[in-house]
Amino acid sequence: MIDPSNTAIAINGLKKSFEETEAVRGVNLTISKGEMFGLVGPDGAGKTTLIRMLCGILVPTEGNATILGYDLATELNSIKPKIGYLSQRFSLYPDLSIDENIEFFAEIHEVKGYEARRNELLEFTRLTPFRDRLADKLSGGMKQKLALAATLIHKPEIIFLDEPTTGVDPVSRREFWKILSSLLEEGITILMATPYLDEAERCSRVGLMSNGQILLADTPQQVKRQMKGSVLEVIPSNLNKATDTLKKYSEVIEVQTFGDRINVVVEGNVAADTLTGWLSKAGVETKMIRNIQPSLENVFIALLRERSEEEPAHA
Amino acid sequence: MISVHRIRPIIRKEFRQIMRDRRSLGVLLVVPAFMLIMFGYALNYDVQHIPLAVYDQDRSTMSREFIQQFIHSEYFDFAGSISSEQEIDTVIPSQKARVVVVIPPRFSEDLLANRSVSIQVLVDGANATTAATAAGYLVAMTQDYSTNISLQALQRFGMSKPTLPIDYRPRIWFNPELKSAKFMVPGLIGFILMMSTVVSTSLSIVREREKGTIEQISVSPIHPMELLVGKTMPYVLISLIATVLILITGYALFNVVVRGSMLLLFLETLIFTFCGLGLGMWVSTVANKQDEAFQLATLVSFLPTFMLSGFAFPIANMPKVIQWITFINPARYFLFILRSIILKGVGLSALWQETLFMTLFALGITAISWNKMRKSVFRV
Repeated sequence: MIDPSNTAIAINGLKKSFEETEAVRGVNLTISKGEMFGLVGPDGAGKTTLIRMLCGILVPTEGNATILGYDLATELNSIKPKIGYLSQRFSLYPDLSIDENIEFFAEIHEVKGYEARRNELLEFTRLTPFRDRLADKLSGGMKQKLALAATLIHKPEIIFLDEPTTGVDPVSRREFWKILSSLLEEGITILMATPYLDEAERCSRVGLMSNGQILLADTPQQVKRQMKGSVLEVIPSNLNKATDTLKKYSEVIEVQTFGDRINVVVEGNVAADTLTGWLSKAGVETKMIRNIQPSLENVFIALLRERSEEEPAHA
Repeated sequence: MISVHRIRPIIRKEFRQIMRDRRSLGVLLVVPAFMLIMFGYALNYDVQHIPLAVYDQDRSTMSREFIQQFIHSEYFDFAGSISSEQEIDTVIPSQKARVVVVIPPRFSEDLLANRSVSIQVLVDGANATTAATAAGYLVAMTQDYSTNISLQALQRFGMSKPTLPIDYRPRIWFNPELKSAKFMVPGLIGFILMMSTVVSTSLSIVREREKGTIEQISVSPIHPMELLVGKTMPYVLISLIATVLILITGYALFNVVVRGSMLLLFLETLIFTFCGLGLGMWVSTVANKQDEAFQLATLVSFLPTFMLSGFAFPIANMPKVIQWITFINPARYFLFILRSIILKGVGLSALWQETLFMTLFALGITAISWNKMRKSVFRV
């Protein structure tokens, strides 16, 4: 089924416990070479723990994984030269310049003649004009790009990115994504955790992680097809009243609020007119109503809610 | 497994960071010499120029001669004559004098008549150390004077060459003037080396952890040992430079000359530095934040090196239990070794035991810390 030579990461029942809490509770996942896999899920879902285990920073409590065919538990030294890791917070030396930071990471990876590669990466991340600036004096977006450049200096085959664009301005974010796209063209495998669903939408596959488990992993299109029923977008005159009213009907699976509008997830073929009728009966005027494609966000919120109803004991 | 190619960039990086942090570098290099100046001049156990007042009720040539011998020594300065009993009560509280010598009215008459004379000496006991020393000087000088009178008397009675049963002539070796500074320099080298190595090693490791840079290093092929060697080497070098600076300052200001082998001195210093590095590593395994590391490092380096090494207080005066504790204090051995090399010029043959103990401590603490670190530095 899966061609092993084409597998970048194969995770097999990986678990991690910290004293009382079980952060990752049995993850199975296979990621192919050249894939960009997006890991989404609420805070505390276990995304960071999973990534840190795959980089060899944390030792799994149970289970194992192979990375590029090497066993994570026994062949970590063969894995390290082939992977790069970008952690959630900026973790380069603030008192060293851009050039010096990259030089350091090149040398500890024993990259010979790193200068050409460094110029290329600085050009690529558009950091060349700032190369002598201390890392501490860079903006958030520039810091992230520098960290990415340092991560890429030894030409890793897989990079692990843990929320790389959190706290980065939209312009830098877009730039960062451009860089990631060209990396994918070069054949690099990317596993990234992200809190942004618009970012997840751009991944070749997404995995929804919750409570230490991956609930589903598929292409964004396939994930959306998992949605039961259809979604109607409504702009009502009174948001709270509309929400309360609609929730009373058994045909309504879910009501999600997005600013001045609500997304109503309904069973099967409830028509827009039916919905408008229900609202006007309660004295709520419908300013706008239309059928929409379910977004990843709709699906995930629905799935997470379903989960929490199934096992409410989890705290 | 361990590769010099990977240690070198770490050393270079560490040096860059040290050089960029001028303030800390200054603290590591200049403060030791500055402390020597402070300690050398201020922490002075030598007692000199004690103001001495005289209530001379005899006013004879002999009484003046008796007083002159005090005043002409460097220990006492003449602070004035007193003319009444009441005045005695005011000169000491008003700090005009710390010692008052009272000579009775018939001082010379009694002496010439071969009668015993009592001299009253009042000493200000507010500073116990000075008082004890001053009283000691006074006793010695008075005895000297009184012996001379006896001898002269005997001569007058016809004894040709009178001899004393015991002629007491102490000679103090290695530090004949009993200068505190000569004693302080070795102590300070130990004290400063210990402080700077423990604090800087622990801070530099904890900083990597606090900033998260340790994670980036841990996903690289760097071995924890390479990281540790690379990070500590610069501080070994800086500590040795600081030692040279202290020795130069000691020579220039206090005339402290290293009598023994310079090479041996440096080898011993190197071993001691490793004790400090090991202790610093241990601190970094216990402390999670830089301020925690700083406090703990100061505590474990300051207390034993200052109090329990023989630097501030003689070990022989300590209670037995505390004396036993000093046996696991590397500073105790290092101070002994330094004093022996610098002041006495002693060679390794006389110091091998202390050297052995110090080496054992260095190896022991490094092994303990390394064992704790190997698990916690990279992997949780």
